[in-house]
Amino acid sequence: MNDIFIARSLFGTTMAFHIIFATIGVGLPLMILTAELTYQKTKNLEYVVMAKRWTKAFAVLLGVGIPTGTIAGVQLSLLWPGFMEVIGRVMPLPFQIEIYAFFIEALFMSIYVYAAERIAPWMRIASLILVALGALASAVLITNVHAFQGTPAGFRYEDGKFVDIDPWAAFFNPSFFVTAMHVALSAYVVGAFVVASVAAFKMLKNKYGSKLYHFHQKALMISLIVGGIASFLTAINGHAAAQYLHEYQPEKLAAAEGLFETQSHAPLAIGGFTDRETESVKWAIEIPWALSFLAGNSFDTVVVGLNDFPEEFWPPLFVHTLFNAMVGIGSLLILIAIFGILWKRLLKKDRFPKAFLWLLVASGPLAVAAIEFGWIFACTGRQPWVIYRILSTAQAATTATDLGILFILFVGVYIILAISVVFVLLYYFRKNTVLDDLQRAEEKSVPLFSSNS
Amino acid sequence: MTDALIAITVLWGFVFIYAVMATMDFGAGFWSMVYFNREKTKATNIANRYLSPTWEVTNTFIVALVVAVYSLFPTAAYTLGTILLIPGSIILLLLALRSAFLVFSNIAAEYRKPLTYISGITGILIPGLLISVLPITHGQFIDYSTGFAQLDLQKLFASPNVYAFIGFGITSTLFLSSLLLADYSKVSKEMEAYRVYLRDAMIFGPVSLIMAFLIMYTLKIEVAWLYDRMMEDLSLLLVSLLFFLIGGAGLFLPSFFEKGIRGMPRISMVAVTAQYLIASYVYGKSHLPYIVYPSVTIEAAFTDPNSFRAVFITYIVGFAILFPGFIYFWSLFMHDKRYLQHKNPKEGTR
Repeated sequence: MNDIFIARSLFGTTMAFHIIFATIGVGLPLMILTAELTYQKTKNLEYVVMAKRWTKAFAVLLGVGIPTGTIAGVQLSLLWPGFMEVIGRVMPLPFQIEIYAFFIEALFMSIYVYAAERIAPWMRIASLILVALGALASAVLITNVHAFQGTPAGFRYEDGKFVDIDPWAAFFNPSFFVTAMHVALSAYVVGAFVVASVAAFKMLKNKYGSKLYHFHQKALMISLIVGGIASFLTAINGHAAAQYLHEYQPEKLAAAEGLFETQSHAPLAIGGFTDRETESVKWAIEIPWALSFLAGNSFDTVVVGLNDFPEEFWPPLFVHTLFNAMVGIGSLLILIAIFGILWKRLLKKDRFPKAFLWLLVASGPLAVAAIEFGWIFACTGRQPWVIYRILSTAQAATTATDLGILFILFVGVYIILAISVVFVLLYYFRKNTVLDDLQRAEEKSVPLFSSNS
Repeated sequence: MTDALIAITVLWGFVFIYAVMATMDFGAGFWSMVYFNREKTKATNIANRYLSPTWEVTNTFIVALVVAVYSLFPTAAYTLGTILLIPGSIILLLLALRSAFLVFSNIAAEYRKPLTYISGITGILIPGLLISVLPITHGQFIDYSTGFAQLDLQKLFASPNVYAFIGFGITSTLFLSSLLLADYSKVSKEMEAYRVYLRDAMIFGPVSLIMAFLIMYTLKIEVAWLYDRMMEDLSLLLVSLLFFLIGGAGLFLPSFFEKGIRGMPRISMVAVTAQYLIASYVYGKSHLPYIVYPSVTIEAAFTDPNSFRAVFITYIVGFAILFPGFIYFWSLFMHDKRYLQHKNPKEGTR
């Protein structure tokens, strides 16, 4: 195995592990805020208890999300010094501003949790809004760097030198808004459906009509509404993101769709696996003309195929499958949310079919899988470039060798953290039941948010 | 002052702030472990009460520091990234275990003891490794024979100077954190914990000073250029020593302000911070213009002037926005008697 492959595997593993916690870390604060605001409106203590329990889960997940994020940030410099040298010179602003977002999140998270009982209710809400904004801003800003990698701007590249640098033009690179929106919205999807998963599981485990059943049903409805809205908006934004690919990174779109020949009236291949030999997508459902329409809003749109590019610049062909898995899961989540809301609100039925509840249990892990697929697609789909048509991944990598042992060490630590975080969450929520928390919430004198055992 | 000099000053400021905050953070985690079985003194409680709300904020500073290096001195980031791959990775691994198990130890009450041990031990190793970055930048362990910079680990671990730095890092961590916790427990009116931490500060203050002398002694042998330049500012180093003595007086003398209490930890805290500030200024000044000796200087490694201006503006705007947040945070956790003198023994953890 060559060193670049190990460096990519190591960084990829770090990111794959980190984004689980980072994404939930962006999504959960919105859920907590929704619960707090619902409480302010309904004065039903169950919503405070929800906010408390989600906050605890959030705090535990931050215990992994923050250090793995620190690893990711520093590993960028350690494994890709060539990349960070360019980023430092041309695109330092997102990282810089992200620091302030981290500070806001860290300061007000501690205030929300440890000073909960000492500050005014409006200050609690304000702290929570700042936590949610801080989390959102960090996601948006780090995605901005990713956007820049795909659509670099704000400099001229001449004879291997970066000249006429305009860091704000780099910051507002063409795909910033559409890419950042995609990550932010999909994080809300994940946060909502992870909650829905747990709530649905608890509804299956508790007797229909019991106090606990109703508690979890309320949590489920909040998450279906938030998740439904977010997943619908993600889909609309995803469409815009694909059109950006058509305009700025056509070979990435071609690889995502498994399109080899440049053509108008291009068909859309759904599912299947791209086959290099036959230059087609095997076992796919083809919808004639649809790709042209999606790419440029008209059937005449000419979509560029892979054959127009030298093969050394092709992204790996498996990205088609990843791309479709992401889109497929996203669409399924929209349908799940619509079905759940219609069933409860329109048909006024209080009891969900068992099969639907099991589907909801799967929805959280599916949502996480979708962001993993989407992220792997977005980054491997840019290969062989680390900055599109400016800097190749190979040029950016560290000159150090023998990275294998580091890879093993990091994977080992991620496994330890993964096992222990699951264990700690299960332990905590088994020790602190919903009923305990409801009782604490009713007795005003007992602290709720800082209670542990 | 040139832009590069302003930039390195900002960076030095970050290093200093992080160093002080991190020593308190890692030290508090360590003391929380040491006094775990001595519930009566509340020493562990005090450490946790400080640590729980602050560790995330402290952690953000290390990210700020790394970001500042690559946005202000991108070329230096290239060399540093290459030579620090191994030590940097080890620090990251320890940091991940430490932060995660710190949070876990506060959540899983029954397993608090083993979890506190993991976070305490990994935590105390980190400052030792972090400070080893300084001798690495002195250049004598970097091998350029392959055409790329490479860290010679064998040479690194054979150097007494490196061990002096590591020893200084760890003992300073124990010194500064016990000093802070002494002050914190005094404000919290936990007098038993106060006496414990006062004693620890009295022990580790002199030990850390011996380590500092060891650094100078080994520096003279191994890195003469740096030693000579530091000695040019001998008078400042003596002022730093004077502040150390004032700090010591603040620990040993009876309090001027309260009858029957030994020590004025707040005065010691300020004096010792001044001691470290002056000493690190002398060190940093002598280190200039090299970021990594002798290949990377601040002028050569400096970023694009347009980028520098933009980054500098975000520093000003960012910290202006954050400042009230820091003040509010401080008032809630360092100043509010309701938090500090919490009666419930199971408080302050999540």
